[in-house]
Amino acid sequence: MEKTPKWVDVALIPVLNLLIAFVISGIVVLLIGEDPVKAIKVMVSGALGSPYGWGYTLYYSTNFIFTGLAVAVAYHASQFNIGGEGQATLGGLGVALVLLAVPWPHWTIALVAAMFGGALFGAAWAAIPAWLQAKRGSHIVITTIMFNFIGASVLNYMLVNVLRPPRSMDPATARFPAATHLPTFHDIPLVGQFFSKSVPANVSFFIAILACWLVWILIWRTKLGFEIRAFGRSEPAARYAGISPVKIVMAAMLISGGLAGLMAINNVMGEAHRLVLNSVEGAGFIGIAVALMGRNHPFGVFLAALLFGFLYQGGGELALETTIPRELITVIQALVILFTGAFDNMLRAPIESFFVARANARKEA
Amino acid sequence: MDFATIVEILDSAVRLGTPLLLACLAGLFSERAGIFDIGLEGKMLMAAFFSGAVAAVTGNAWLGLLAGVGGSMSLAFVHGLASITFRGNQLISGVAVNFLASGFTVLIAQSWFHQGGRTPQLSGNGRFEPITLPGAEAVKDVPVIGQIYANLLSGHSILVYVAFAMVPITWWVLFRTRFGLRLRAVGENPESVDTAGISVIRLRYTAVAITGVLAGLGGVYLATGLAAGFVKEMTAGRGYIALAALIFAKWRPVPALGATMLFGLLEAISNRYPNIDLGVITLPIQFMQAVPYILTVIILAGFIGKAIPPRAGGQPYVKER
Repeated sequence: MEKTPKWVDVALIPVLNLLIAFVISGIVVLLIGEDPVKAIKVMVSGALGSPYGWGYTLYYSTNFIFTGLAVAVAYHASQFNIGGEGQATLGGLGVALVLLAVPWPHWTIALVAAMFGGALFGAAWAAIPAWLQAKRGSHIVITTIMFNFIGASVLNYMLVNVLRPPRSMDPATARFPAATHLPTFHDIPLVGQFFSKSVPANVSFFIAILACWLVWILIWRTKLGFEIRAFGRSEPAARYAGISPVKIVMAAMLISGGLAGLMAINNVMGEAHRLVLNSVEGAGFIGIAVALMGRNHPFGVFLAALLFGFLYQGGGELALETTIPRELITVIQALVILFTGAFDNMLRAPIESFFVARANARKEA
Repeated sequence: MDFATIVEILDSAVRLGTPLLLACLAGLFSERAGIFDIGLEGKMLMAAFFSGAVAAVTGNAWLGLLAGVGGSMSLAFVHGLASITFRGNQLISGVAVNFLASGFTVLIAQSWFHQGGRTPQLSGNGRFEPITLPGAEAVKDVPVIGQIYANLLSGHSILVYVAFAMVPITWWVLFRTRFGLRLRAVGENPESVDTAGISVIRLRYTAVAITGVLAGLGGVYLATGLAAGFVKEMTAGRGYIALAALIFAKWRPVPALGATMLFGLLEAISNRYPNIDLGVITLPIQFMQAVPYILTVIILAGFIGKAIPPRAGGQPYVKER
């Protein structure tokens, strides 16, 4: 049996699937009586045409890198973590509690502590579904969905009843002290002059890139990563090789939840400077699309996160400049998940058999 | 709390439990046939929008119902295509279906009605009006029995009665007909069904289509019975609660009625009493809202009985060569 060339698997099929998703999105735009070409122009100029646009695009991308990596790490252990939304919500709670607990002298120390808090809370929120999956066989997809809802209730309760400053009507925490504000792209020497003060992209972007690299090392260069991949490929084989399923499921899900929780250093600590209701805004779910498109590889996740950052910012501009609501982005996101995920075999089967047939024909010749 | 209040709360529980019941029975057909469906939410939302939109334009709730069920069925077909024909991941397909509905409904609603992603308010024949059961007016003042008959059993829209009738019908179809036996077999052991010369693919598509109809009815009830028109994200997680109820009921129709009505009751209680004072502690509204999800996790964990899903659930069937 000949294998299909690697470039077909990692580039051709994802790009074709993406194209189909975009073409159908274009048809949807036509159906609601708008011009798809104009829509693309507005999105490109709004998201990439100015440093201001880039400042937002990269801010959104940072969120999606974290949640995309979260889904990808779990996926390598064959666990489908739909709970990124809840884990990122709890991560936000962790970050807020850390930042409000003590007067931090400098943002660097605060960042390290906040990363610890966010990752810890995110991992803790993933730990219960992971433990139930590993020990009791409860389906992790269902439990993580349930934990998204429970997490929303927990946050709602904490904001309304516990963390809300006295005399404030707003269900949100107090503002974090100015010393904990992360430097945005505007504050970075040399490149800072291009970005205005209002862009939300901040140093978390570089932490996200670092996280990509660390996840790559973890999955492909460590013993744990090897065990995670072995377990993900075949549970019986891994078990036979002496790999503990409980350990792998727990480890993969804790790392996954921790990554989702880390997202909070970007949206809560870096941008909002306080914790509000629904601060995650669906980024946990977009992580699913990002991981699928990126083929669960950190570099792929990085590229897919850039794409979704562009879509998110471009979609916002679209809603401002045309009559197309920003829900178009939700449709595009759904189509990307559908075609790169669920309909993957539609193109894969014929393309693979084409390449196998060609390779066989060459061998005979 | 007097008896009339209790009847009122129960009446509200029936209304709130009905969309859950329809969606739960919808999921039951699909999952019993081996197709996991976490896209119930999306199907209901799609149906809610199309029924609201068509009922608003035509002023006819029945046409709205047809359109709503059609919308839900189209998503069911997408899910079937992904999970049966292309043998894709059923969970990923369900996620996609939910997002598709969430974005598409607002996009179209805005383009058709320009009201910020909602449909115009329904009135008159655009809604399924409450049906007064015979004699309800006459016995209204009879204590207990009369009150229950007039205020709890009577006065719901036709879809509520349809939903309740679907419980015994589902039971009968699944456990007393040849089709039901095959449907359950295809969810447990598709090879055996295939060996008997019955098409796994056709059975599974049929199951997915039934799911589309029932989830559609749930969505139609939301927009034309419970509320008067479609509002953005109006399902508000009900598809997931229905999924929770399905697990709670261990994939059986009669317990599904119990589970959905219990969850409906919880919602009714938390609507009426946001904070429940138990003397020692006060249960906050957020806790009440989270109870269905917490209960489901406890059930899934196997601490109260064990919920075992159909054995072939989630696995695409590959015919032997």
